Parts: sequence; structure tokens; C-alpha cells
Amino acid sequence: MSIRVENLSHTYNPGTPFEQCAIDNVTLEIKDGEFVAIVGETGSGKSTLIQHFNGLLKPTEGRVLVDGVDIWGKGVHLKAIRQKVGLVFQYPEHQLFEETVFKDIAFGPRNMGLDDDEVEKRVKQAMKMVGLDFKTVCDRSPFELSGGEKRRVAMAGVIAMEPSVIVLDEPASGLDPFGRDQVLTEIQQLHREFGFTVILVSHSMEDVAKLARRVIVFHRGKLIADGPTRDVFNMEDVLSRAGLEVPQITRLMQELGERNMKVRTDILSVEEAKHEILRVLRSEGRVS
Amino acid sequence: MFRNITLGQYMPGTSFVHRLDPRIKILVTLTVITILFMVDTLVGYSLVFLFILGVILLAGLPTRFVLYNIRPLLFILVLTFGLHLFMNEGRTLFSIGPLVATYEGAFKGFTMAFRLVLLVLGTSILTLTTSPMELTDGLENLLSPMRRVGIPAHELAMMMTIALRFIPTLLEETDKIMKAQMARGADFETGNAIQRAKSLIPLLVPLFVNAFRRADELAMAMEARCYRGGEGRTRMKQMKLTTGDVLTGVVVSAGMVAIAIYL
Repeated sequence: MSIRVENLSHTYNPGTPFEQCAIDNVTLEIKDGEFVAIVGETGSGKSTLIQHFNGLLKPTEGRVLVDGVDIWGKGVHLKAIRQKVGLVFQYPEHQLFEETVFKDIAFGPRNMGLDDDEVEKRVKQAMKMVGLDFKTVCDRSPFELSGGEKRRVAMAGVIAMEPSVIVLDEPASGLDPFGRDQVLTEIQQLHREFGFTVILVSHSMEDVAKLARRVIVFHRGKLIADGPTRDVFNMEDVLSRAGLEVPQITRLMQELGERNMKVRTDILSVEEAKHEILRVLRSEGRVS
Repeated sequence: MFRNITLGQYMPGTSFVHRLDPRIKILVTLTVITILFMVDTLVGYSLVFLFILGVILLAGLPTRFVLYNIRPLLFILVLTFGLHLFMNEGRTLFSIGPLVATYEGAFKGFTMAFRLVLLVLGTSILTLTTSPMELTDGLENLLSPMRRVGIPAHELAMMMTIALRFIPTLLEETDKIMKAQMARGADFETGNAIQRAKSLIPLLVPLFVNAFRRADELAMAMEARCYRGGEGRTRMKQMKLTTGDVLTGVVVSAGMVAIAIYL
């Protein structure tokens, strides 16, 4: 499933003194099966943009096409779009409301009008995908779980609707390092094993480097860079204009490059950096 | 969808109205409200209306924006007008079945609706031109003589500050939770009254849970900064009455009383 955004602009409170242009003439396309990261400072328009992907916000100007169909066109059911493009908000655990984990995850599938057997099947499947044990957790209250567990319940609530695209807004923010790693690993699995198209909004460049294959950079409502992760991370001037910092290891390699060591500077992980430095040292005959 | 609520919103500015001492503004607003309940002629209403319009222009507030404040009131206005139209006795205007509309009813309905509009406009000028901090400081100051008779002026003012502070936060949060549930296929707009009330549960439960969590955190943060009520508290911005402030207050109040007496 592909999402295409054409000349999209969004203005909050048009015609009042609080008027604010959050997105300014953005065109982009996300293809089936991609893992895309959208990065940018707070207030750069990322969250506003993703709310257009499933029709929660209506563009002030421009079009949003899901699988080639204009979602604001006649006869298009937004409910169906929202089922296909699952959106997990920032701090999704704040939206939990049911008495049990099972009921909360089942909220989405039930709204789709599925029968009990199908709902149960989907809840089980979704819990498995996010690494929650069905037997021990399903009858507990979501409010007594740990922060990381709550977040995974909330994610399962969206996954249970079986969307083909899943959009996550800062999925790891506010979690401890352990919960963070777990959530990020599960997102990677969703992409690799279950074939979801994943759109990740984040300002952790470390996470983006680890996970995404393509990066889109936003600055003050405008799209200022869009390309493969390595290429974008090498555009120092663009990133600094957007107020973003590349991961420390990338910075290190860029610094080495500036000091005339002939290393590649588009390095994203410590492992890669090790191989690259060893390769250069070997070629210069400084290590055997 | 809640972003366009303007009721009680402050619009920063530097006009004469903005700079007026908040205590004077509160007192003048109270006078205008009282007078509105005493006036019962069209001329009286019109004069108050002109006064309010004048203040809006003087404060440099965009008129259309101020008028937005009336929108949520439309239903009540129509209801008020309708009830008066049919419930009064007098000369028949027209009739629908057993319901008889009268000229007197129409007039009374119109003035009552007009009164409501003026009440809302008058009070929204106060909140539009006075920052919440000034407003509560002013209130606390005005109420402080009442402390002797056991009215906790500072605590009331603090409660108001906090309430005002959290209105936008809660609206934003409502908007966010609503969207999150809509992303899971929730439907807040269709269905009969019972279905719609039921559909609010996924919205209200998280909203309350979050509000309590916020209240807890706020109490903790206040205690961590040694807040223990109003006893001996000083302020960074002291309020000072100028001659201009007092003069404005006296002139406007006198004008209002004159309207009430003569019209």
C-alpha cells in the first residue's frame, strides 16, 4: 500500500490571530514495504503530517492519495482508510481505557464489526507480534502494567486492526533503555517478519540510523531532504539547519575524514565504523 | 476540532484597555453585568452595546474574533427567544397549532437574547485583554478584605489560576485522545443519543486518568517548591493603581449607573 501526498499545506486556526502554517507545500510518496523515518525538531510539522495519512486532519490545500485514491474524494470511507493506515500516537498508553488488556486491544477490531472468533484471533496475533504473553496479561487491567508493557498494549490495539501501513509517532520516547530497545526491536520485526510498511517519526537520530532505510527531514513545515539514510546523514549542512545531530559514531567518522584519514563518512553504526577504520589502517599498512 | 474555542482566551496587546489595572477592569465588568440586569429599554441596551463595541475597538481586538465567542451560545439564544415568543400574552403575531406568538413576546425574547449576547461580550473583553495571572491577582486582591470573614481569597485565586492554566491543556488532550480512538475506528458523530453517550467512554476514561495524574504531579511540583498557601507570599509584579485607572473606573461606572437610572 502506498501513500502519496501532493502539494499538501495545513494551516491551524485559519482566519484568526492564532493562524499558524504547520505544513507548507509538501509532496512525497511512501511506497509499499518501505521503512521510512520522518525527522525534524519539535514543531517542524511531523505530527501534523502523519495525521493526514489516515484522514484525521483535512489538508488546507493539496491531496492525500492512499493506493492512488484521494481519501477526501467522494464515496471514500475514512474508517476504511484508518483501518489500512494504522496510526500510533506519541505516548499511546494515555489512550488506554478498558478494564482488561484483551478488551482494550479488541476495541479496534470490534469497531470494524468483526465477530468474536475473529476478534480473539486478532488480539492473540497482535499480542504475539508485540511480545506480550496472552495468557498472563490478557485479563489484567492495562493500568497496572509497566510503562513499556502499556505502550505495547496500545501498539497491539492498532496492529490488531491489521493495517498494512503502520505509522508510529516517537514510539520510544519516555521509556527506560530496556523498554526502548524492546519496542524498537519489535518495530523492526513488524517490518522484517510481518511485512508492514513502517513510518517512524522520531528525533532520536541514533534510532533512525539503526532502523530506517530512508529518511525525510522536516524544518518549519517544509520538506528539506528526502533520501536513503546514508545519504541524508551525510548532508551535514541540511541536518544542522534542521537542528538535528547525526549519531556520535557518524560524527566521529566525519571528523576523521576532515583530518585527512581516508575513511567513508556515511557510517551509521559502531560495527561498521570498526570495519571501516580497520580497512583503512590495513590498506595503509599500519595494522596487519 | 477544539482548537477554535476562544472562550476565555487571552490576546496579548498594549492598548489602553490591556494596560488598565485588572482590579478596575474586574469592577467595571461587574458593574456592566449588574447594569445589564437593571436596564429594560432598547435605548439602554443599545448604549451598553455601543460602550462594549467602543471598548473592543479601543482594545484593538479583531471584531470577528470576538464575535466567535457567541457561537457556542446560539442554541441558548434561539431557545430563549423561542420561549419568550410563545409564552407571553398580548397581541397575536402568528400561531402554530396551540402555540401563539405575540408581539410582546417577540420584543421580550429579542431583548433577553440581546442581554445574553452583551453579557458574554462584556465578560469576554475582560478575559481577552487580561492575562490569567493578572486576572487572578486582581481577584485575590479584591477578595482579600473578605479573609476576615473566613473566605480563603488566596486559595480561591490559586484554584482559578490552575483551572485557567489547564483549560487549553485539557482541550488539547481531548483532541489528541479523540483522534487516537478515531484512528482505532471509534465513531463519535453518528448513532442515537445512547450510542453517542456510550462512545464517549473511550474518551472520558483516559481523560480523567490523565487529569488525576497531572493533578498529582502538579501538587508534587508545588510542594517541592515549598508552596504552603498564601501566608507571607510576595509577588514579582506589584499592582499599582494610577490616577488614570481610578478615573476610568469612576467615569465608566457613573455612566453605567446613569444609564440604569435614566433609561
